[in-house]
This record gives sequence, C-alpha cells and structure tokens, in this order.
Amino acid sequence: MMWRVGTVIDIHDETATARTIRLEVSDWSGHIAGQHVDVRLTASDGYSAVRSYSIASAPNSEKRVELTIERLPNGEVSPYLTQQVTVGDSLELRGPIGGWFVWSPQQNEQIQLIAGGSGIVPLMAMIRSRASAGSTAPFRLLYSVREPEAVLYRDELQALSDQDHPVSLTYAYTRVAPKGWPRPPGRIDAALIADTNWPSKCFPTCYVCGPTSFVESAAGLLTASGHNPDKIRTERFGPTGERQ
Amino acid sequence: MAVISRGFSGRRSEADVKLPPGQYLTTDFPVLSAGPTPHVSLDEWEFTVDDGTNVLQRWDWKSFRGLSTETFTVDLHCVTRWSKLGTSWEGVSLDALLADVKTDADYVLVHSYGGYSTNLPLKDLMDQQAWIAVRFENKDLAPEHGGPARLLVPHLYLWKSAKWVRGITLMDEDQPGFWESLGYHNYGDPWLEQRYWEE
Repeated sequence: MMWRVGTVIDIHDETATARTIRLEVSDWSGHIAGQHVDVRLTASDGYSAVRSYSIASAPNSEKRVELTIERLPNGEVSPYLTQQVTVGDSLELRGPIGGWFVWSPQQNEQIQLIAGGSGIVPLMAMIRSRASAGSTAPFRLLYSVREPEAVLYRDELQALSDQDHPVSLTYAYTRVAPKGWPRPPGRIDAALIADTNWPSKCFPTCYVCGPTSFVESAAGLLTASGHNPDKIRTERFGPTGERQ
Repeated sequence: MAVISRGFSGRRSEADVKLPPGQYLTTDFPVLSAGPTPHVSLDEWEFTVDDGTNVLQRWDWKSFRGLSTETFTVDLHCVTRWSKLGTSWEGVSLDALLADVKTDADYVLVHSYGGYSTNLPLKDLMDQQAWIAVRFENKDLAPEHGGPARLLVPHLYLWKSAKWVRGITLMDEDQPGFWESLGYHNYGDPWLEQRYWEE
C-alpha cells in the first residue's frame, strides 16, 4: 500500500479541540464510509510518526478526503495536525484501510449508529455517504458527548434529521446537558437504548465507535437487549490510540 | 521521498528502546476488537484441537487448568502502532498442547468465541513461541483482553493472538482468517512491518 501526497485545501475548527482538514489527493482510489487512513509526519532529520484517522467525508468523485482530528493533550501527531497544519501544506497518507467497520449504500437494512465523543467521525462518513447516494436506509444515531460544546457536525446533523427520510438523532450528554434537557447528564444506559434505538427484532446492523470503555459498555447493552453479536461492529480507540 | 512536515519535531522514544518500524511505545493496554466482548462462562468453556474432520484433543476449563503452565515476559506489537514492552503472562505452551498430536499439517486456523478467526503457519506456534494465556500481570485475564483464555504469539502482530480462543484447526492448505480476509497481511511480522496485504 503506497504513500500518497495530499494537499490541504481547507481547514476549519469543529470545536475548541477538534479540527477538520480537507485534502485533495490526486491519485486517490476512493473509499467506503467507515474506513481510515494512516497519516505520516516527517521531521527534517527524517524521524517520522504515523497515526490512523477515520475518514469523515463521504465517497466522492473529487478525490477529496476529510479528516476530523481531536487534539489529545499528550499526543504526538494530533497537536500538529490541529494547530500547525495550514492550507497549502502537503500531508502524506495511505489507505483507505479497513473492510469491516464500513457501510455502503447497497445496504438497505436498518442501521443503528452509536457514537462516543469523537467516535462520531466514521459514523458521520456513513451518514454523509447515505445522503450523497440518495439512500433512504433507515438510520438512527445515538451520540454520547460530554457537553453541548463538544458536539461535532451539529448543524449538518440537525439538517439531516429535519429532511425527508431523516436520520433519527438522539444526543446523550454525559457531563453537562443544555438547559431544560429532558434527561439528566449521564452515560448511555439500557433505558435510553430501549427508548431510542432500533429494537433487536428489526435486526439492525449496529456500528459502535468511541473510547474503549464506551464501546465495551454500549456493545454490552446492545447484546443484553437481544441484539445478535454478529450484527454489532465496533471500533475502539484507547487512551493512547490516537485513533478517531 | 518523504514530505517534510514543516515545524514537526515529534516525540522520540528513548534511545535504548528498540521498537519495530512504525511503532510507538505505550504503557497502558489499549483494546481492539471487531465486535462486542463475548463473556464465556467457565462451565461452557472448552478448547479443542481438530484436523477439520475429527476432534483430536479436547479440554474443559478444569482439565485445561490442570495442565502445567509457564510464566513468560514478552513484548506486544499491535498493527494500530502501539507497542507494549515487558508484559508478563501465564499460560500453557502450544508445544505442550500439541505434544500428543500427530499431524502433517503446515497451517492452523485459530477460532474464538464470538466468531473471530486468524491463520498462521503451524511452525509459528511451536518451539516456545506461542501459549494459551490465562493470566496477565498475576491476575486472571479480563474479558476485554481475551479472558478466560487467549492465544499469545508475540512475535507476530497482536491480531494473530486471538482473544477468547476456543480451538485450533490443523490444515494442509492455508486459509485466511478474519482480518486476513479484510486487507491485513497474511503473516504479520512486525519487524518487517507486514501490516497490510500488499506489503
């Protein structure tokens, strides 16, 4: 798998700690929603560091790839990508990688997405892929996030949940909820899963992405509520994983 | 020719630590699995060796834990680029488990509870290179790290060390396992950086 060079054509902040980088990769071979890329940074003395980041954008014909990167306080690569990279820079990447945690528009079954924090990124690629392909596959998203200010893609998600054939959208705030929010701040629990997710009798395919402890808990709640483990796909990132 | 990342200096690991190419050091123990963590009860647990047709060996938990174990300290290298050094384990060596098995097979497919599988050459399981581990850092192996028992074959990338292991099938012909069917390297030597198919 070869390293390719992408040119940064746009940068925008999603939150105080997360930034989206849009790259144009002239020899990009295309991707499927949910896949990731390896990004390589190289210092002037040849030292290099590589981390994996989920692709946030839908497959497209413009050879464009968007990455949303959460800055980790002690990260080696994410501080550079979120603070130093500027439009016009070149970045090395290879991929796309991964053939399991993916959704393609040929899938028309019910889809349950469960995101913890920046685990939304590959799930957003699936939601965007559904929209750009004109798919009406029944999507539900349960998005667990620390506080309202940490929500990624808020306006876009709102628009997609207001359209015809909407993506059903539920936020679960773990630390701070907006004023008047019906559910007190807390982690996802069995009651919330029962109230907002596709029930197991619909046989949805479930995609769960987030930090390890979040994925362990959410996937456990799904199997406890009768979902077949074969229908639950997970992507975890550990404290040092720097994996979006 | 690499593109130089202007202003990037990076965080080097200490000079005396030798890691496989493209890996960085971690002290915690990240978890990577394709699906939910199976919770296998010890009453139902079994480990088998078969040849694709017949079961050649079978242990339940009690008889398995009656086998003599070894303690060993090894380095772990995950394809997602973290390496963890000096981890201590207790388990039964594959040399011991396969001692009474007569076979001409060259390959094995390792199966797990939850449906995971991975393939490797039989010789990579022999000669003190692989164990079925039941304890990590002096504690019973936690479910998210593969408990009650996992394969540990530390000279290959960690996806080869199947968690929640339930048996191995001896095969004459190689056959790709789960990640090997999804773009990851068939062998997975971290020192040769065999991460993906085309490497």
